[in-house]
Amino acid sequence: MKGTFIRAGALGAAAALISFGAWAQTIKVAYIDPLSGAFAQTGEQGLAEFRFAVDRINASGVLGKQKLEVVPFDNKVSPQESLNQLKRVIDQGIRYITQGNSSAVAGALLEAVNRHNERNPGKEILYLNYAAVDPAYTNEKCSFWHFRFDANSDMKMESLTTYMAGQKNIKKVYLLNQDYSFGHAVKKAAREMLARKRPDIQIVGDDLHPLGKVTDFAPYVAKIKAAGADTVITGNWGQDMSLLVKAGKDAGLNVDWYTYYAGGLGTPAAMGEAAAGKVKIIAEYHSNVANNKAAKWDADYRKQAPKGNPDFYFLRGKIMWEMFAKAIIQAKSAEPKAVALALEGMKHEGDLGEVEMRKSDHQLIQPLYVLTLVKSAAKGGPKEAKIDMENSGLAPITDARLEAYTSATATSCQMKRP
Amino acid sequence: MEFFLVQTLNGISYGLLLFMLSSGLTLVFSLMGVLNFAHASFYMLGAYFAYQVSVKIGFWPALVIAPLLVGAVGMLVERFGLRKVHKYGHVAELLFTFGLAYLIEEAVHLVWGRLAVEYRVPPELDGPLFQIMGSQYPIYRGFMMLVSVAMLVSIWLALTRTRVGLVIQAGLTHPQTVEALGHNVPRVFMLVFGGGAALAGLAGVIGGNAFVTDPGMAAAVGPIIFVIVVVGGMGSLAGAFIASLLIGCMQTFAVSLDWSLGGISVAQAAPVLPYLLMVLLLIFRPTGLMGTREG
Repeated sequence: MKGTFIRAGALGAAAALISFGAWAQTIKVAYIDPLSGAFAQTGEQGLAEFRFAVDRINASGVLGKQKLEVVPFDNKVSPQESLNQLKRVIDQGIRYITQGNSSAVAGALLEAVNRHNERNPGKEILYLNYAAVDPAYTNEKCSFWHFRFDANSDMKMESLTTYMAGQKNIKKVYLLNQDYSFGHAVKKAAREMLARKRPDIQIVGDDLHPLGKVTDFAPYVAKIKAAGADTVITGNWGQDMSLLVKAGKDAGLNVDWYTYYAGGLGTPAAMGEAAAGKVKIIAEYHSNVANNKAAKWDADYRKQAPKGNPDFYFLRGKIMWEMFAKAIIQAKSAEPKAVALALEGMKHEGDLGEVEMRKSDHQLIQPLYVLTLVKSAAKGGPKEAKIDMENSGLAPITDARLEAYTSATATSCQMKRP
Repeated sequence: MEFFLVQTLNGISYGLLLFMLSSGLTLVFSLMGVLNFAHASFYMLGAYFAYQVSVKIGFWPALVIAPLLVGAVGMLVERFGLRKVHKYGHVAELLFTFGLAYLIEEAVHLVWGRLAVEYRVPPELDGPLFQIMGSQYPIYRGFMMLVSVAMLVSIWLALTRTRVGLVIQAGLTHPQTVEALGHNVPRVFMLVFGGGAALAGLAGVIGGNAFVTDPGMAAAVGPIIFVIVVVGGMGSLAGAFIASLLIGCMQTFAVSLDWSLGGISVAQAAPVLPYLLMVLLLIFRPTGLMGTREG
């Protein structure tokens, strides 16, 4: 990361000297995510990583006298509460927001930000989305004021199914998802893309279960078994993910799990070694990835990480903050509109290859990885499985790297620019 | 057929776990008239204590020590909390236990963090018990059923066949008389509340490693055990037993059905069914399946 900032720094240094001194000293970014309640753990992880990133950027001096600051606002993953917090953000004169947990929240915020910006020219808010992956927000609902740094759920499925197409042992697939917008999106994309790429694969089952309300997944597992599936695709996260894999192991269910979020936030620790060799994840980063330019950053983060959330998880968060800082330098302004114009179409040397903020829909196009959780090297797993997740004894290794173009799905966005 | 058999076993074992959870709640209610909102929190404490003990000295000691510890916590809560609140009536008691649930959850956050802890099934109970035409049935589920049934029998024997049980029952309806006979009624109540908490703790020891031990586990089972107690009939142990099995099997079989009604499949609606049952029962039979007392 040092290199990036030295280069970016050289680029912006002159500009910084000339103009930065005249501006306000702190650029505040409101972090609107759950910091209490059932999903607090998720929200606190993001906050800790973002504060770490911002401290690094401030210390590097690329922004001159300007400092970035993350200001937390607890939304309890409720869309209604998020709108209340957005009002507070606006009242405090903060011009940037970032949010990630739940596409339902993202939808509410996006609409409110659009409305506010329309009515208050010159006081616009810019929305940096680091994890809400409903495809709509960079397609039919796209907005000039919204930038997404995570691959959306269709893009992830595109990469995942591209990998699956090459796995000849996959014959019968079972889809099990949470019953809300994201789960529906996963199910729909999986069906369409598998039909296109591997028409010989049979979908032997397709179920939705209520979000976060199932304690005992044994009945679902019995059903998967009865259907004769060899592979399960699921967008489940949190407890819904770990309980499912555990129930599968107890019943001797021999399938491969293709997942989005088995690597996240409490899940590896809960699944335990039941998951070894069976669980695959589509993600933009893991700690044992080859040619990892973020390795030192990762290690440094771990040294000071809060107890209970030991892992570095959001590489896309690091990239988001770097690109944001770069945009401020290029725009020579901290005005959201100027920064947005600088972010559009920006190419950036990410830690695992070049990424691009696509101009047409404000979606970051980045390489993705299919990875498998295996026993860590310390527990007798392969040598490359050095760093385990959440001290669970499970460590990620790469199955395949899918270059950025793989997931660069077409967009239906018709962006209205101010 | 094989599928049906597996699902029946799944339903019964889940139902029996639910029974372990709700038996303490229904006992405390029937004997003391206290509706304990913190009951699921004692379940969570049981799992965390068992985790802590099993890391140090193993699962089997934990199976005994953890419920005793939870029982001790329960007794302290009764002695220094509930007993003081008792004189202000049931609403105060209800609010007290409601607040207690939050306190326990935060305490768990502070001590063990927000992530799930690695509380594992012991190796001797890990593995298949038997195979039904290719499907494994885990030993641990069998163990769960065994503990649950043993618990039911011993509670029943203790309440109906021992002196202590008789004093407890008498203390509920005629506290003054029992006190006049020389028994310490407040202490009896303390023991009952502690006993109820210990039962929840035992369920936690068993359920914590079968499922997951994390700070969200109390909230996950909290609502369903109330449903069981209401459906079974407030304060009826036998009712709770029947309701647990009924709800366990109902949820399991609903998942297996692919029928759909107006675009919503039965499987999708499975976790809502117990609540539907509760609402219907309250309308048509407010005392529950086996309940005798006024709701």
